[in-house]
Amino acid sequence: MLTGKIAIVTGGSRGIGKAVARKLASLGADLAVIYAGNQAAAEVVCSDIISEFGVRAIPYRCNVADFTETKSTVEQIKGELGGVDILINNAGITKDKLLAVMSEADYDEVLDVNLKGAFNMIRHCTGIFLRRKGGCIINISSVSGLMGNAGQANYSASKAGMIGLTKSAARELASKSIRCNAIAPGFIATDMTNEINSPLAESIPLKRFGRPEDVAEAAAYLISAEYITGEVLRVDGGLGI
Amino acid sequence: MIFKTVAELIAERTDCDVSVVTPESKFSDLGIDSLDTVELLMNLEDKLGKEIQLESKVETVGELVAFIETL
Ligand SMILES: NC(=O)c1ccc[n+]([C@@H]2O[C@H](COP(=O)([O-])OP(=O)(O)OC[C@H]3O[C@@H](n4cnc5c(N)ncnc54)[C@H](OP(=O)(O)O)[C@@H]3O)[C@@H](O)[C@H]2O)c1
Repeated sequence: MLTGKIAIVTGGSRGIGKAVARKLASLGADLAVIYAGNQAAAEVVCSDIISEFGVRAIPYRCNVADFTETKSTVEQIKGELGGVDILINNAGITKDKLLAVMSEADYDEVLDVNLKGAFNMIRHCTGIFLRRKGGCIINISSVSGLMGNAGQANYSASKAGMIGLTKSAARELASKSIRCNAIAPGFIATDMTNEINSPLAESIPLKRFGRPEDVAEAAAYLISAEYITGEVLRVDGGLGI
Repeated sequence: MIFKTVAELIAERTDCDVSVVTPESKFSDLGIDSLDTVELLMNLEDKLGKEIQLESKVETVGELVAFIETL
């Protein structure tokens, strides 16, 4: 289904990004896996993908918050894999604090990685999409960005920002067959949530945490859904109803 | 020289005769919107082999050609 397509997944070394990268590879796409520091994990993700699915997969160390670094990484990916057709903006961090004690650095860092990171990647991939006359962008937002969450003002702001970014990109680029959608996961069992205790699962209508694979399925669906753009798809077991 | 390249690209894109494109032609009159202009620049970058960072708004073909010639 995605044979011959080239996909970038930011934050593909762990958690949701890893599951998305594996899903797209299982459908035939070649993968560029961007990570921040966890080189060993990213290399394992890529070597597993190569041996299990027989596609190309290359890890790239890149801080998505850095405009020039993302530019050169996208250029490198274009050179090595031959282009970009699918961009999954998944890299993200949390620095949860109550507003009254949140530092400026906590705020800036979360906005820089989550929101500016997505902008940086879209900014540098759009030229490639225009030249290839098509493309598909998926931003991994969060239910926190739709509903807000006490202790996550910075994170919620960044995730709500990603939804505005998604909708503007969708409108701006639709005439060039470039689609842009967002996924809003709820509680997904990854490193990011392992401190959250399971009683929380009781507040989820489906009574369980999601799996990274649940988000990966949604991403694969949005890639295939050629008439959907500017949409926000909740993958949250009903949390955001 | 650059004008000829630009005019040919525009003619190709808009399916018009290349003689229709003059330095005075406005992109809007040629049916080219701002995103089309960006796409055109990408094609020009590929053809000319240099990076074009268009910061200001250009309205006519002549303005675009003049800008590229300053690079
Ligand atoms: N888990 C949830 O419940 C949940 C819910 C809603 C939304 N989300 C969103 O889903 C996305 C993935 O979450 P996750 O739970 O899978 O997170 P995770 O397990 O903590 O993994 C984060 C990934 O992002 C990468 N990363 C972090 N900062 C980066 C930077 N500056 N530049 C490039 N890569 C960077 C990490 O690379 P390294 O391995 O190199 O550190 C890692 O691959 C995030 O955007 C998150 O906000 C998660």
